[in-house]
Amino acid sequence: MSGSVVGKLDAAIVEHLSAPRGRSLWQDAFLRLRHNRAAMVAGTVLGTIVLAALIVPLISSYNYYTPQWALLDTAPTLHGGHIFGTDDLGRDLLVRVMWGCRISLMIGIVASLVSVIIGVTWGAVAGYVGGSIDSLMMRVVDILYAVPFIPFVIVLVVLFGRNIFLMFVAIGVVSWLDIARIVRGQTLSLRNKEFIEAARAAGVRGPSIVFRHLVPNLLGIVIIYATLTVPSVILFEAFLSFLGLGVQAPMTSLGVLVSDGAGELQSYPYLLLIPAAFLALIVYCLNFLGDGLCEALDPKDR
Amino acid sequence: MIRYTLRRLLTAIPTMLVIISLAFLLLHAAPGGPFDSDKPVTPAIKLNIERMYHLDEPLYKQYFRYLGNILRGDFGPSYQYRDTTVNGIIREGFPVDIVIGGVALLAALLIGLPIGIVAALRRNSAWDHVPMGLTMIGISVPVFVIGPILILLFAVTLHWLPAGGWDGSLPRVILPALALSAPYIAYVARLMRGSMGEVMNSPFILMARAKGVPEHTIVLRHAMKPALIPIVSFLGPAIAGVITGSIVIETVFGLPGIGRAFVDGALNRDYTVVLGVTVLYGALIVACNFLADLSYSVLDPKVRYR
Repeated sequence: MSGSVVGKLDAAIVEHLSAPRGRSLWQDAFLRLRHNRAAMVAGTVLGTIVLAALIVPLISSYNYYTPQWALLDTAPTLHGGHIFGTDDLGRDLLVRVMWGCRISLMIGIVASLVSVIIGVTWGAVAGYVGGSIDSLMMRVVDILYAVPFIPFVIVLVVLFGRNIFLMFVAIGVVSWLDIARIVRGQTLSLRNKEFIEAARAAGVRGPSIVFRHLVPNLLGIVIIYATLTVPSVILFEAFLSFLGLGVQAPMTSLGVLVSDGAGELQSYPYLLLIPAAFLALIVYCLNFLGDGLCEALDPKDR
Repeated sequence: MIRYTLRRLLTAIPTMLVIISLAFLLLHAAPGGPFDSDKPVTPAIKLNIERMYHLDEPLYKQYFRYLGNILRGDFGPSYQYRDTTVNGIIREGFPVDIVIGGVALLAALLIGLPIGIVAALRRNSAWDHVPMGLTMIGISVPVFVIGPILILLFAVTLHWLPAGGWDGSLPRVILPALALSAPYIAYVARLMRGSMGEVMNSPFILMARAKGVPEHTIVLRHAMKPALIPIVSFLGPAIAGVITGSIVIETVFGLPGIGRAFVDGALNRDYTVVLGVTVLYGALIVACNFLADLSYSVLDPKVRYR
């Protein structure tokens, strides 16, 4: 009995070894990404920051909101527990910066997700359906392109309260236009391919074709774009925080920390430089990672 | 060409209508009115104020009144500052933004283009990686960090330039314009690197080389014009970007532009100022995109519009 199992296994191994091993698009891309030193360094740095942001607030003996009146604006030091120093209310800057990274990354990722979901759906439907619906949907995108979006988000945030959730939505809703255009273009070139034809011949319905067959094939370009949207959203959040419209105290974000620090640059430069360095590092790394993914997934460079 | 121009001009009308309507409805849907106040005001007085500004009329009447006024170039009075109109605010603030934005864009081109060209010609060398990596700082560091650092460096420490304020003189323009241009230097350099690289690989450059044209003539005379096309089309959004993006710069350097007036207006529910500035920004974006598309057809013989 055991002999037959071994026999089956052997057969499987032989088959496995003799079959030509094809590499999928994703394996291919991953291999190429691994050879891109800038992207790998960026990815590692980013991973480290994310890990630190998740772990440090858990193990630190300080929290982000309790003032320590005896320790206002102490400079960074290796002894005494406040490695990054404390802010103008005596709160530990390390913990606050890590919380800032958490919140900024979260805003960046959620807002990018919102814009990706809207953009991909809009673009894929327009490209797949085609005809007058396509031109109508793209007209809408053209018109929205001309909407001055910084003022609109400011108005939205000012008028409808300053909660984080609204900020995700507001930023996500205004930044889906590029993704919609790109996805539509890709869909147009995909929709006459044989596999779509086959799906249609097999009786698959329109919505299933769009989401089961088209969208997975657009994933590469969508991932590239999402990676590049996250840093721009993080910067935009920082911009809103600078205008006093961002995350509300005592909760913090990198944008809040940086704009608070900018006011005290002359007397306490570390209050600006440390959070600014984290902000710049995250944005820098995401941009490099996006460029690396772009090269890795772009079939033109093969 | 003329038909294309006309068609584009016609599509600008619905676009502007959508922008105006969106902004108008958004502001009127918002909770709280411009004349809400912490101090109790008798209903009769409040009604009188609202009547004076036609806020007691039904929404559609207010909307068409506003449209009519805009067509006549009248953005209405400011609800917050009794002695000025939105037109007045724009007339005072807009020139500041135009000067800062214009100098910023010029700086972006003067710095970004050479970096991009050199990076494209010396691809994957130190001439490519170092300057391109440096320009990335402009994208990664927010303007309101670059601004104070520039002030600390050039105004406080070196005393070369004034730290802020506005009198229209060049020294006061330089720092804000430089801070504003930082991300655009990066965009221009990246775009130019890409397009120059592509053009230098095209057959007509090979042909020029084969004829023995010297390299700098090839780059400056043959490759430059086609390589600039993406830059020109980027200029449309960039002009709109430097002007709407100057909101932060105005705060950092204490400049009297309309960006600051806009944010104050939004915080004080000064509807007419917010609406007026939004409409102005929208018109600016529409106009810039239009000009960018037109210049496309002039520069690129391959693009022929029907």
